[in-house]
Amino acid sequence: MTIIKRGLAALAAGALSTALAVPAFAEPVKFDFWFGLSGDLARVVDTLCKNFNASQSDYEVVCTSQGNYDATLQNTIAAFRAGKQPTVVQVYDVGTATMMLSGAYKPADKLMEENGYKIDYSDYFPGIARYYATSKGEMLSFPFNSSTALMYWNKDAFAKIGKTEAPKTWEDVGADLKALKDAGYDCPMAINISGNESWQLMEQFSAIHNQPIATKNNGYDGLDARLEMNKTKFVQYVTDLKKWYDDGLIKIKSKDLGQDMVQAFATGTCQVIMTSVGDHGTVGKTQKEGMNWDVAELPVYAGTERKNSLVGGASLWVLSGKSDAEYKGAAAFLNFIHDPKTALFWSTNTGYIPVTKSGFEYMKANGFYDKAPYKGREVAIASLTASEPTEITRGIRLGNFTQIRAEFGTQMQAIFANKESVQEGIGALVKNGDAILDRFQQTYPNKTLP
Amino acid sequence: MEKRVTFGRWTIGILFAVPQLLLIFTFFYWPAGQAVYWSLTLQQPWGGGNIWVGLDNFRSILANADYWNSITASLVFASISTGLAMIIALVLATLTDRQLAGSRLYRVVLIWPYGIAAPALALAFRFILAPEAGFMAAVNKFWPGFWDPGLNGADAMASVIIAFSWKYVGYNFIFFLAALQAIPRSLIEAAAMDGSGVVRRFWDIQFPLITPTIFFLLVINITESFQDSFGIVDIMTAGGPANATNLMVYKIYSDGFRGLDYSGAAAQSIILMLLIIVLTIVQFRFIERRVHYR
Repeated sequence: MTIIKRGLAALAAGALSTALAVPAFAEPVKFDFWFGLSGDLARVVDTLCKNFNASQSDYEVVCTSQGNYDATLQNTIAAFRAGKQPTVVQVYDVGTATMMLSGAYKPADKLMEENGYKIDYSDYFPGIARYYATSKGEMLSFPFNSSTALMYWNKDAFAKIGKTEAPKTWEDVGADLKALKDAGYDCPMAINISGNESWQLMEQFSAIHNQPIATKNNGYDGLDARLEMNKTKFVQYVTDLKKWYDDGLIKIKSKDLGQDMVQAFATGTCQVIMTSVGDHGTVGKTQKEGMNWDVAELPVYAGTERKNSLVGGASLWVLSGKSDAEYKGAAAFLNFIHDPKTALFWSTNTGYIPVTKSGFEYMKANGFYDKAPYKGREVAIASLTASEPTEITRGIRLGNFTQIRAEFGTQMQAIFANKESVQEGIGALVKNGDAILDRFQQTYPNKTLP
Repeated sequence: MEKRVTFGRWTIGILFAVPQLLLIFTFFYWPAGQAVYWSLTLQQPWGGGNIWVGLDNFRSILANADYWNSITASLVFASISTGLAMIIALVLATLTDRQLAGSRLYRVVLIWPYGIAAPALALAFRFILAPEAGFMAAVNKFWPGFWDPGLNGADAMASVIIAFSWKYVGYNFIFFLAALQAIPRSLIEAAAMDGSGVVRRFWDIQFPLITPTIFFLLVINITESFQDSFGIVDIMTAGGPANATNLMVYKIYSDGFRGLDYSGAAAQSIILMLLIIVLTIVQFRFIERRVHYR
């Protein structure tokens, strides 16, 4: 089997090298960058790549969208196994643990150092840097597109119940939703309960309340971490959400049902949602004419000391097995992305936030946050920097976390369909999630997270 | 006596067979063999190494309640959607075969659904069956809470079955119509002369004569319902709510590609392969006995 495999690989490599060996002396060194954004965002990335190629003549980055984050990781793995991996790849937040154990990357900090770029890593917002850094603080990848969850609220609706500010505690939220319902609003708040919403409902909530998702500091300290959200404030939170749902204060909105949360909010159907700051632009562009709305930090339970929320998005990894020339190009590319001017371009054209303090300052100095469509996005920075990251609010470093998120969706759906009680459902989430973690640990014997 | 072409040397025969064998080996036996190997190991997704675990993957899958739920869901999906797609197609084909007004138009139009890619048709049905925006919204207005595929597993299963059956009605229709038209007109006319009605003629003449086609379509429909359901489930329900539509083929995809558990997914696909083989053997052993080819 291996002989055939090697033979075929050699054949393929041979064919490829003859195809690529056309001499290109004066031409720039080409290298590949694969990313997982599509639609409008993909066009912005393409422009970013064009800007980089125009900014210098030594390197040329070839940017290819793989459609979405999952596909990007899958295709990169397939390409890596065949020895045809891209030089730079965008990997989503929850893929970080898998990447760290892959042995398939070149540490970003080493790459920059070897190529003579001085990057001030303390310039990154700590909440963002720590999410992607090792437990010792080394940056193995570069934070790229970043966001965090915010609460979007309809000012007009809240004015009807005599409120001019967004609720700050979940207790207030409960009272306000009731008041909105009594004031005749059919859908005071919209949520969705698929695996995707694990991010705002479980992960962000737990970080802000300084509650662990898993033992071993959310997995940073070892692969033997196991879930424990069945023992935290999260149980109370799901109980409240379920009660509000039963009382008709919360409606479930998803694409499958006809309208997703963001559309439901933008059209004025629902008055409160929790979603990424990345949707700020979409709401602005698609909102009902003349609707007044704003964003606020996610609420906390009364008496909780607020901690920083988590970053969401993706980081850029440089893969191993490339030539020195390609690495030089990759380093130049990462340096270009790190530039505050790129941050301004990136945040203006997408809903993402700047990842460095200097980028944020540069944007503030340019008056970015004063103007109408972008005003309010600074709340995301406030939420991310609400406190120094604690051992628990650094992030989540669990293997196959995508599957745990899917399990979250499954159990939430079972809870909301009254198939299970809240405690049973979260218990099942822990049990099934632990089985996923168990399997991940067995797959990587004798390996530890860096 | 049958005529046979014979070759003087056996090597020539082998040479003619080699291209085909090579194709089958590269595209079937090699990947299938690889899947068997993976199912007996724990593979690191990035190729960093693997551990031999014997049958552990199979043991842990078969001990998992979610997996049995997935098998049940697949069997429910296969039997209902095959039944629906075949019965509707047979009724339509019989009506078209009777040359009723407009049957030429139906003949063309009814074939179209099969030409539509599963994800595209799933997107269309997602809209049609959306409880808040589509056709079902009107039903929900009269009967609030009647249709809720977002939380009700039975409704979600019904949605994917409807979408899948709709596609395969077109496929089955072509075969049924061809089979019906191959029946000599004189037989049916003779029966009509003897005074038998439409229904009688169908059960006594047409149905027995098209049993080979029915059997063929049964095998194909059941096999396809295990494999071709992926695109529909992915777009319409993503396996939810609460795993109600997590069919075996979708679970293989989500565990293997989203969860990067290549070994577990390989073991699941071996089980799926065995299940389809067993189902097909059963069909050939027990149902084919009642089929009359001539």
